[in-house]
Amino acid sequence: MNDTLLSVEDLHVRFKTYAGVVHAVNGMTFDVRQDEIFGLVGESGCGKSVTGLTVLRMVPHPGEVVKGRILFHGENLLQKSEAEMQQVRGGRIAMIFQDPSASLNPVFTVGNQVIRIVRQHISVSFNEAHQRALDVFEAVGLPDPPRILNTYPHELSGGMQQRVMIAMALSSGAELLIADEPTTALDVTIQAQILALLAELRDRQGVSILLITHNLGVVAETCDRVGVAYAGDIVETGKTDDVLRRMKHPYTQGLLAALPRPARRGQPLQSIEGSVPDGLCLLPGCPFFPRCPQALDICQAEKPSFVPVGAAGHKAACHLYTQEGMA
Amino acid sequence: MNRTPLIETRGLTKYFVSRPGLLSRRKKCVVALDGVDLSIYRQETLGVVGESGCGKTTLGRAIMCLIRPTAGQVMFEGQDIVPLSRREMRRYRRDMQMVFQSPYSSFDPRFTVLNSIAEPLRAHTPLRGETLVARARELLEQTGMPGEIVHRYPHEFSGGQLQRIAVARALALNPKFIVLDEPTSALDVSVQAQIINLLQALQRELKLTYLFISHDLSVVQHISDRIAVMYLGQVVELSTPEAIFYGGAHHPYTRALLASAPILDPELRRERLILKGGVPDPMNPPPGCRFHPRCPGCAAICSEVEPGLMDIGNGHLVACHHSRPRYRDHLS
Repeated sequence: MNDTLLSVEDLHVRFKTYAGVVHAVNGMTFDVRQDEIFGLVGESGCGKSVTGLTVLRMVPHPGEVVKGRILFHGENLLQKSEAEMQQVRGGRIAMIFQDPSASLNPVFTVGNQVIRIVRQHISVSFNEAHQRALDVFEAVGLPDPPRILNTYPHELSGGMQQRVMIAMALSSGAELLIADEPTTALDVTIQAQILALLAELRDRQGVSILLITHNLGVVAETCDRVGVAYAGDIVETGKTDDVLRRMKHPYTQGLLAALPRPARRGQPLQSIEGSVPDGLCLLPGCPFFPRCPQALDICQAEKPSFVPVGAAGHKAACHLYTQEGMA
Repeated sequence: MNRTPLIETRGLTKYFVSRPGLLSRRKKCVVALDGVDLSIYRQETLGVVGESGCGKTTLGRAIMCLIRPTAGQVMFEGQDIVPLSRREMRRYRRDMQMVFQSPYSSFDPRFTVLNSIAEPLRAHTPLRGETLVARARELLEQTGMPGEIVHRYPHEFSGGQLQRIAVARALALNPKFIVLDEPTSALDVSVQAQIINLLQALQRELKLTYLFISHDLSVVQHISDRIAVMYLGQVVELSTPEAIFYGGAHHPYTRALLASAPILDPELRRERLILKGGVPDPMNPPPGCRFHPRCPGCAAICSEVEPGLMDIGNGHLVACHHSRPRYRDHLS
């Protein structure tokens, strides 16, 4: 499809540690299209953050990409030189993190930091960069941009700091924004403001967003399409409405049944037995097999690949829907 | 439910004094709790929700007398426990326990599970030796952990398992009342469900009373019999989850909180009501109604007169001028 902006194909990332090799990402495959918010959702340790970092080639030591391709506008980012990547990072692809106060430098004003990023990526004069900073501050809804430009990060609240981070990400005209748990550290009323801002950026400025989160509610309200990650791989993907309302994979079903909802008050919550695998030992079959209530014999032996389930683009990696499983 | 209160707070207030600079003489006060009146009935779960800095954790700690309130009373079974000395307080400690947000930091990493669970038992009961170990195993099994793990260390367990052990420790002295301060916030959804089910089963079995503090509305509505919504140190609304979740929320802050919370079911999704700005600085809270600078329906009176909590029927309490009949004409 030619409206694909970013495509991650069969990505494998591992960390060699003293405890053994941790397989953090195992075959992650998904696309982010133009002008959409794609949600990558999963519990802790499912490899969602490592995937986000890998796109910008920022996996911390001792992580290494074993296999796979990351295509941005059809170019494989994994084969670019470090100098080329520096232009991509913060330029065409920008990233924001969970804790904005840890991402901003406390000893410089936020204006100074934004202007520096603009001049890093675009050859403009200081005054032009200053004007651009004012414009992006305005665009992300920061009140009184000239004043905010001269403040230090500690003078701003968490929600304002996250707006500054988003402004910084946009300042050099990024096409793709990777947002790793951008609202997890914020209160719900502030979270709603930031999520509304992300949707507005998609609609008005045509920024595509890879939204990494553990919160299915956030996905339901903001994402166009979603991929559910488990043990370093996507188990189900499709339009948000299909995945969250007509979910097919037993993990997605379990995850949604575990959420407390007003409609189900008074009933015990369903939980998924056991806990998330630690990535140290890689199972040959389906990663969800040990916890799956509907596991078949084949699940232990063979890793399922994506099969279409239901509506167009709705796919699940589960033997319940494959030829082998149904036979 | 038994309608006699186990705990009542009257005008519970806590100021934290801070100095803006190392050498400055001028002191500043953060009003963490401002005249909170609450009743917690026997065997009920009272949920407390609010954003960070609204005083919900301070409320839990002040009720436990872990921090001494600046003013007000905490009545535990009719006895005011605020003025009690540490020695006198010991008698009440065994009836009141607490479970914290991060299970990783609520255990001493050098203590085995047995030592952690045995500490309250050694301090308050004559149990020693074999009987003590047997009691620890029994408590662990009650929370769904195998008894054999007593000699293992906290780092060997996952967050969900540690939270079960924390619950076992809280149950050690057969308490009547447990403060649960964000007990599932550090856990994944599938594990959160396990812990919530465990807490509810234990409550039925052991006739426990809970104060459940959380910022997550969906969790609070699931577990609570009544919900108190807090804003800047005050309770602004208190009612049943049914009333609050099915269109009965009166306070504009509660409504905004509900509208802001991301919701899965599209049929429950409400009109987008996004509040402007953030929570004001608690060092100088706004006059009148604390919420008025962010309130979409703010009237002249709201910035002048502080609305107290008022019963609007069936024990539904609201602190908003708009819910008061005698102000309605004045407002319109």
